[in-house]
Amino acid sequence: MSTLEQMYQQVILDHAKRPVGHGLVELAAGHGHLAGESHQVNPTCGDEVTLRVDVTPAGTVAGVSWEGQGCSISQASVSVMTSLVEGADLAEVARLDGLFHDLMSSRGKGLDDDAAEDALGDATAFTGVSQYPARIKCALLGWAALKDSLARSGALATS
Amino acid sequence: MTTTATVRPDDASATALSTTELAAVRADFPLLERTVRGGQPLVYLDSAATSQKPQVVLDAGVDFYEQRNAAVHRGAHQLAEEATEAFEQARAAVAAFVGADEGEIVWQPGATAAINVVAYAFSNATLGRGGDAAERFRLAPGDEIVVTEAEHHANLVPWQELCARTGAVLRWIPVSDDGRLDLSNLDALVTERTKVLAFGHVSNVTGAVAPVATLVAAARRVGALTVLDACQSVPNMPVDFHALGVDFAAFSGHKMLGPTGVGALYGRRELLEAMPPTITGGSMVEVVTMESTTYAPPPQRFEAGTQMVAQAVGMGCAAQYLDELGMEGVARHETELAAEMLKIADIPGVQVIGPLDTANRLAVVSFVVDGVHAHDVGQVLDDKGIAVRVGHHCAQPLHRRFGVAATARASASVYTTVEEVVAFREALAGVRAFFGAE
Repeated sequence: MSTLEQMYQQVILDHAKRPVGHGLVELAAGHGHLAGESHQVNPTCGDEVTLRVDVTPAGTVAGVSWEGQGCSISQASVSVMTSLVEGADLAEVARLDGLFHDLMSSRGKGLDDDAAEDALGDATAFTGVSQYPARIKCALLGWAALKDSLARSGALATS
Repeated sequence: MTTTATVRPDDASATALSTTELAAVRADFPLLERTVRGGQPLVYLDSAATSQKPQVVLDAGVDFYEQRNAAVHRGAHQLAEEATEAFEQARAAVAAFVGADEGEIVWQPGATAAINVVAYAFSNATLGRGGDAAERFRLAPGDEIVVTEAEHHANLVPWQELCARTGAVLRWIPVSDDGRLDLSNLDALVTERTKVLAFGHVSNVTGAVAPVATLVAAARRVGALTVLDACQSVPNMPVDFHALGVDFAAFSGHKMLGPTGVGALYGRRELLEAMPPTITGGSMVEVVTMESTTYAPPPQRFEAGTQMVAQAVGMGCAAQYLDELGMEGVARHETELAAEMLKIADIPGVQVIGPLDTANRLAVVSFVVDGVHAHDVGQVLDDKGIAVRVGHHCAQPLHRRFGVAATARASASVYTTVEEVVAFREALAGVRAFFGAE
């Protein structure tokens, strides 16, 4: 597999074409749910994402919805992240966020940790992206929006 | 000078640089010999962002440091004399290259800095600096500054800021669907209230050459000063500021085969003489007391502090290199490459942002690919060793005008070959299939 094919794995191209969670859903906070929204822009390339998160009173991610525009890496990464974090509790979301950042710093080597890569699931497809320093920020855009929207929801303060 | 390439502008049969001439030019650029992405030849189509440098330019900088390095315009020793001579000879070479007098070329760190020097001169004059002589630079609320929708941020943001500081109003000439300036409303835009008309000579996105004569005439009718962003024109076509009749112009060294960190501001002599300084300090003064200071005449008035002498020498060398190559031939070369690049419009799903004809346009071609983001386009091209620019190219309003956030851009220089453009077209033709775009 060429480095280009390592970067644009089929799972990434599929997510870019049929993204999960695409289309913002109205947030109706209530019944103790916390909700937050974040808009993130990558000023160097103009990629952007608006992401909403809904957190249950028990501290699990009930739903993520988003809109965005940008390259296939940025859009697929938000999509993969959405499918990964829905239903996860906040501690697990924080762990996944840390693991994905580690993966993006791996310069194409991956995490060398089967349990960690199992946890990241489809997100390990972005290993090839970490060989291209200019594209790592694309893959991280959605994760930044998730972290910020959770902070804005107040869920991180109460957990 | 090692180049053997010459062109004969008077020879009508001379289309551009011949294959032999182009091979000689390419041999002057060491970087073009390297390979990228697994041993593939480099196809460098990003010269509008920054050009590669010929060996003579690299040598000029090294030679300066090895043989002549000293502070210029001070010191009585031999090295100081030689450094000053090299510095001023470079200024003369750049001036001759762009149709200016020596005293009309001010060294600047780049074109962005050069435009800011003019914008802040207006600011300082408006605050009362510069005495009676600076009256032409004074702005009042209600005065207007006119730019165009096609500007690089470097020729837009400084004018926005000037308006915010002075109460002047920013207006702009719109861009037509074909990427050229829409002058249908020019008389209503450039009026007695207009004090500055700032515009790019060649768009770094569309490659369109602005109708300078029309715009200069409009500005002169109302007594407005013109500021030309000549970054894309000076490296690729003959430019004569006196003939163009502009009041100010800015251009950078690194886009015209010269070093980074140096550029130039052109100003008509009488205007530079009347203009208050922006950056103040050492080297730009006459008499300094604890209470006040009188300033040196231009160009030194606008060259405070130790200058980027080695880079200036390199930029002078680059101007000579291009001059010996012959800018008429370089411009024909550009037109030939533009025609080759514009054939991408025939690739299904590819849309060019900018003029589709080669009249009054250079080989700077921005485009979008239906269903594939510009960054992904750039990545696939890069995998074949083809370097293009992706993003908004520091022209967000122009991209917004065309309803796109980002484009990919191919751009040429003197060393670019038709074969490279063909390789680019062939690689581009495969991009949509790679991403499964229907």
